Amino acid sequence: MHTFDFIRPADAAAAVAAAAQAKTAQQGADVRFVAGGTTLVDLMKLNVETPARLIDINRLPLDKVEATPDGGLKIGATVRNSDLAHHPTVQRDYAVLSQALLAGASAQLRNMATTAGNLLQRTRCMYFRDTAMPCNKREPGTGCPAITGSNRTLAVLGTSEHCIATNPSDMCVAMAALEATIHVQGPKGSRAIPIGDFYLLPGSTPNRETVLEPGDLVTHVTLPALRSGSKQVYLKLRDRASYEFALASAAVVITIAGGNVTHARIALGGVGTKPWRSPEAEAALTGKPANAANFRKAAEAAMRDAKPQSENKFKIELARRCLAHALQLATTS
Amino acid sequence: MRDNPHSGPLNPTRRTFLLTTGSTAAATIIAACVPADANSAAGHSDSTAAGADGPNIEGAVPIILRINGKDYQLRVDPRTTLLDCLRETVALTGTKKGCDHGQCGACTVHVNGRRVNSCLSLAVMHDGEEITTIEGLGTPDALHPMQAAFVAHDGYQCGYCTSGQIMSAVALLKEPCGPDDAAVKELMSGNICRCGAYAHIVAAIQQVRKNS
Repeated sequence: MHTFDFIRPADAAAAVAAAAQAKTAQQGADVRFVAGGTTLVDLMKLNVETPARLIDINRLPLDKVEATPDGGLKIGATVRNSDLAHHPTVQRDYAVLSQALLAGASAQLRNMATTAGNLLQRTRCMYFRDTAMPCNKREPGTGCPAITGSNRTLAVLGTSEHCIATNPSDMCVAMAALEATIHVQGPKGSRAIPIGDFYLLPGSTPNRETVLEPGDLVTHVTLPALRSGSKQVYLKLRDRASYEFALASAAVVITIAGGNVTHARIALGGVGTKPWRSPEAEAALTGKPANAANFRKAAEAAMRDAKPQSENKFKIELARRCLAHALQLATTS
Repeated sequence: MRDNPHSGPLNPTRRTFLLTTGSTAAATIIAACVPADANSAAGHSDSTAAGADGPNIEGAVPIILRINGKDYQLRVDPRTTLLDCLRETVALTGTKKGCDHGQCGACTVHVNGRRVNSCLSLAVMHDGEEITTIEGLGTPDALHPMQAAFVAHDGYQCGYCTSGQIMSAVALLKEPCGPDDAAVKELMSGNICRCGAYAHIVAAIQQVRKNS
């Protein structure tokens, strides 16, 4: 691990000021915020992340879960994944988020991992994690050996010829379906970014994963109030029953009236280069009877643009069945 | 062992060999990671001064960790993980290093009463916090009920994962967990046992839950 300066700022403004001196944006930057450390310390040991300065935000007052005036929820950046999953309001009103959080990692890691850290969790692509290998995400311009190499767990949606790395998060998939907003405090002030605009597709710059700029600190996430009677499910499929990243997952938030789908929000995990909201699946369902045939059509619409690699074609059908089954579970629960 | 005629300075047993090389290694590590402790071990009240007078480590940060009920004043390189600090600086070697990447659970300890992977946490992040390791649970004469249950149910073979398993299991007692074995298995999935003692581990945990 490279040496670094360790700083514990007095408040968020001091944290932002200290981070604003970074040369690059947060992902892979020379200045990094640390909270749980479950991704960052891991990657620092591998010399994938080599910050010269580490800013500990654990003591900042960003650890509250609060109701918002409009009936939604405000979740602080350093709220631990386990606390969020077991929060009574989350369990009652945002069950898909609780389920997604509890499907991720282990109990120990959930006690450490935070809301903002999970949002910025980095890919598990083995080439990204191995500094002996080329990787366009880690070292732009060096190439992507995954495309011709081991790619069984990698993405089929949102890929480019430069990068096919999967976004590994479960939490973010649920937050995409819940239409979360990410609140950022930066050197130029505060701003709110819809989660759909937060992540960047790899394109020719896979090193840039989000719209964050140097000094930007995620302070909290807000969830909108939900329509009454919405049904929610997070379904995750993986190589073992627990403590494993998704091969395919689906987050479903759906409202049904008189047997017809009146509103649907759908996102997929484990198959995309970012948490993958599917407006195609939502459009295919809305206004239609809630039945197995329409669930299958929605699943096919979601994966219409999927592009398989040499080892991961199975993920396309796996994701279709995952989504169709999640819809079935949501509407029969 | 004591009666072994071959044991001695020129014919070291495996244990004396390990102890000798271990203390050499520890001396090297202390140069990089100074235990300025002493509140507990030496009983000094001027332990801060003792720490400040120790070997000069570039970039070392002074911290206080309350480990198993005792305060330790330490100076650590910011890169030191909580795991390495416990094992190498404080010499509490009950906590084990398995994968060192948060994938096996052997390093599980409690921070402020909650279980975490000490390998993925930096010691400096825990300044002023309360750490509990396997050494803080029970003693050989008065085992924690979970330690006793692991013995009764044979919840281990080689024992390397056991301290992490027990620290996880003790934390689980205070976490939301369904009554059945499946719920226990799910909440223990962050602790890997290569010997495959899982069935006995679940039985040990269920016995303690039943009795408490």
